[in-house]
Amino acid sequence: MVKFADLSSAINEFVKDGETIAMEGFTHLIPFAAGHEIIRQKIKDLTAIRLTPDLIYDQMIGAGCIKKLIFSWGGNPGVGSLHRFRDAYQNSWPQKLEIEEHTHAGLTNKYVAGASGLPFTVMRGYRGSDLFDQTSGVVEINSPFSDEVLTAVSAINPDVTVLHAQQADKAGNVMLWGITGVAREAVFAAKKVLVTVEEVVEEFTPKFNSIIIPNIQIDVISLAPRGAWPSYASGYYERDNSAYIAWDKIAKERDTFLTWLDDVIHKESNAKGPKS
Amino acid sequence: MSSKLDSDLTWSDDEIMTITAAKILKNTDTCFVGIGIPSTAAILAKSMHAPNLFLIYESGTVNTNPQKLPLSIGDGELANEALTVVGMPEIFNYWLQSGRIDVGFLGAAQIDRYANINTTYIGQTYQAPKVRLPGAGGATEIAGACKEVIIIINQTKRAFVNQVDFVTSMGFGDGVGSREKYGLRGGGPSKVITNLGILEPDPKTLELTMTHLHPGVSKEQVIENTGWELKFSQSMKITEQPKPVELTKIRELIKTSDR
Repeated sequence: MVKFADLSSAINEFVKDGETIAMEGFTHLIPFAAGHEIIRQKIKDLTAIRLTPDLIYDQMIGAGCIKKLIFSWGGNPGVGSLHRFRDAYQNSWPQKLEIEEHTHAGLTNKYVAGASGLPFTVMRGYRGSDLFDQTSGVVEINSPFSDEVLTAVSAINPDVTVLHAQQADKAGNVMLWGITGVAREAVFAAKKVLVTVEEVVEEFTPKFNSIIIPNIQIDVISLAPRGAWPSYASGYYERDNSAYIAWDKIAKERDTFLTWLDDVIHKESNAKGPKS
Repeated sequence: MSSKLDSDLTWSDDEIMTITAAKILKNTDTCFVGIGIPSTAAILAKSMHAPNLFLIYESGTVNTNPQKLPLSIGDGELANEALTVVGMPEIFNYWLQSGRIDVGFLGAAQIDRYANINTTYIGQTYQAPKVRLPGAGGATEIAGACKEVIIIINQTKRAFVNQVDFVTSMGFGDGVGSREKYGLRGGGPSKVITNLGILEPDPKTLELTMTHLHPGVSKEQVIENTGWELKFSQSMKITEQPKPVELTKIRELIKTSDR
């Protein structure tokens, strides 16, 4: 049964040390507010899945929340590198970072398998790439119905999926629209689902290309206006590109990052997580 | 580098790469686009000779008609101007994997003589790289499945290497037969567009061969900037010089996209 809770209580109840977490949102609707709350509550040893780690995982990696990263494209979109990710992977700062790397098509299909209740699914992918030998859960499989060799990818089933969406209704159904990426698959693959929303409305008004996640698939909803900033929420606000550019400088050095962590995350007015 | 030819006509490396790429796209093509020069080239083509060019971005935007250059692959502009926006399983499985895309556009950090490309790491090993790069994203399967792939990359000794440190996306592997061995159904790279000219796979050996030089570029310059013993086509051509109207269009596009 879905419930509404403030973000701090929701993270405290639904995200635990050592769990596997998927925080999706493909350049759009990235759940930054939830990520910041995870940092504030000093949750650690997460195995974190995201197609594009983006700034949200760069921040969580730098803050020491993530032990293992499962991803398929690790850059600062349109800007350059993710410096905290690189520092963790290349220099083990602030701790060793294990990685499991995929392609977008591969990771997408791993969610599809998880959402479908299958141990794996079949695709054409990875073959011819050196990634095939460096990743795990990706093997060749002979087609039982033709002479082809295909690729089998194992399912992912996160302990918890965290999404940001535009709206929830009073009954706890969630509607998102615009670019939805793998949102639907990440929900159906997960054991627990936490959604932050821009707004809670009486009733949904249909939107262009919207998808609706019924309340029986969701555990907890938290109101978090501007919760996807500096990414964007279609219909609410645009991507703050200057923040993406600014992050390059903040994340480049450890001391500027630590200052950001103190000033922006830990001292923010809503920093009242139970563990902090 | 900025080149100058004829009267007052000058252009930058990025401009001639973008314009050359745009001209290759046909009005009837379905094209899978990435951010940066590929995206600029596709939008430029749509504003000139290919208004019906069908653009798909991996974020799920289908038949989109952006008026501004997207800041990221999932820019709101791409969604707002799209015929429809779909989830990523549809993009990768139904559109790409099934063989429905004519042209895939890719960039890279390194490329070798068989057009294998690397976007994963440079130097040392995968586990302990000298420089870690973003990784595959959509590229591996784009390279595998599109009917043809166009690669856009600056031609330098650092990028044009004898052997890539990591094959993120396969071009022609180690030559004839490699794509078949791995079951890659797309045609592979058809053109590599650089700041110096165009390379195409030799029809017999599949090795990248210089077929065009951009106006004002010498063979020596190309040799100097290639990390393997580069072969030149017997019928070398000079790339068509950017026209004033093309340069005006591209500059306007970049100016109106400033956000």
